Amino acid sequence: MKKLLLACLTVFLATTVTAQTGYQVGDLASDFNLKNVDGKNISLANYKSAKGYIVVFTCNTCPVSKAYEARIEALNKMYAAKGYPVVAINTNDPIASPGDTYPKMQERAREKHFSFAYLEDPDHVYTRKYGAMRTPHVFVLQKTVKGNEVAYIGAIDNDQQEANAQRDNYVQNTVNQLLKGEKPSVTATKAIGCTIKWKKEVSK
Amino acid sequence: MHKFIVTILFILAGHIVNAQVKLLTLNELEERVAKGKDTTYVVNFWATWCGPCVEELPFFERLSKEHANKPLKVILMSLDFKSKLQTEVEPFVTKHKIKSEVYLVNEADQQKFIDRVDKNWSGALPATLILNSAHRARAFYEKSFTYNELLKAVETHK
Repeated sequence: MKKLLLACLTVFLATTVTAQTGYQVGDLASDFNLKNVDGKNISLANYKSAKGYIVVFTCNTCPVSKAYEARIEALNKMYAAKGYPVVAINTNDPIASPGDTYPKMQERAREKHFSFAYLEDPDHVYTRKYGAMRTPHVFVLQKTVKGNEVAYIGAIDNDQQEANAQRDNYVQNTVNQLLKGEKPSVTATKAIGCTIKWKKEVSK
Repeated sequence: MHKFIVTILFILAGHIVNAQVKLLTLNELEERVAKGKDTTYVVNFWATWCGPCVEELPFFERLSKEHANKPLKVILMSLDFKSKLQTEVEPFVTKHKIKSEVYLVNEADQQKFIDRVDKNWSGALPATLILNSAHRARAFYEKSFTYNELLKAVETHK
């Protein structure tokens, strides 16, 4: 009997440990109140006329994120006026990743003329809540009566190196479909990206 | 005398010039593995910008060294951008004196590539694929390894 209980417990633990944390498509996403590079705090609720949001978990230092900076800016230019602004959140701890401090974020936003909010996420609260696993990692949210529903999770497109004009523009396609009142045909994609630079826990 | 100097210069140049890293498609990798018959291929997906990847590279090098006369081959597949081949990847390989074979992944569509390597792969690095054509072995790990873990994985799936 003891052996059976132990076996059951082990299976239970194994499944909980390997369970995915963070949002799945269809979940309602939490709002936040995070500091933007202009010193003001930003929440999704601030965007009164938004129909949804393109939440991008990214950072200053990852080469993949850097390769996407222009495209992220282009997404905001394309969709903010249509009701889907980009909101970028820096995933990295500034001590673990010195290139991602708040002043550095401000510098990058200035240099690259970001027209979107670029927020810091101290202690990775929302990085963890949303379940961002690498940079960049996009969560497209749609405003519904129930709340902000996750409509798409994954990569911006399938062409990191911008080598293929015929690339699949996943985020654009998703937002276009949502704007037409359609369900996105692709709701989740994978991507190569950088690991998140987590805050180093003090060893006990 | 002239010839001697030119020869010396060539030898010196060979030491200063960076390692050559070639491009490799998944098709080419699979062909290589099929030809290898009962050789176990330990294919590590890494990138110069991936901290945990760089940390575990010495374990793959050690694995290779300790299996020098055995049917095992380590292949390091970099996911760095093609545009960084000469500026980042080759200098990295030279600087770290990497002895294992290093290639740059030559696949245009990341989605397809990730799914083809393993349907359960999220795309995160590092990741390791262990293949043996003759033994029909294929095991995929989305994790970083300690040397002992790597050795165990190879022993299990060769």
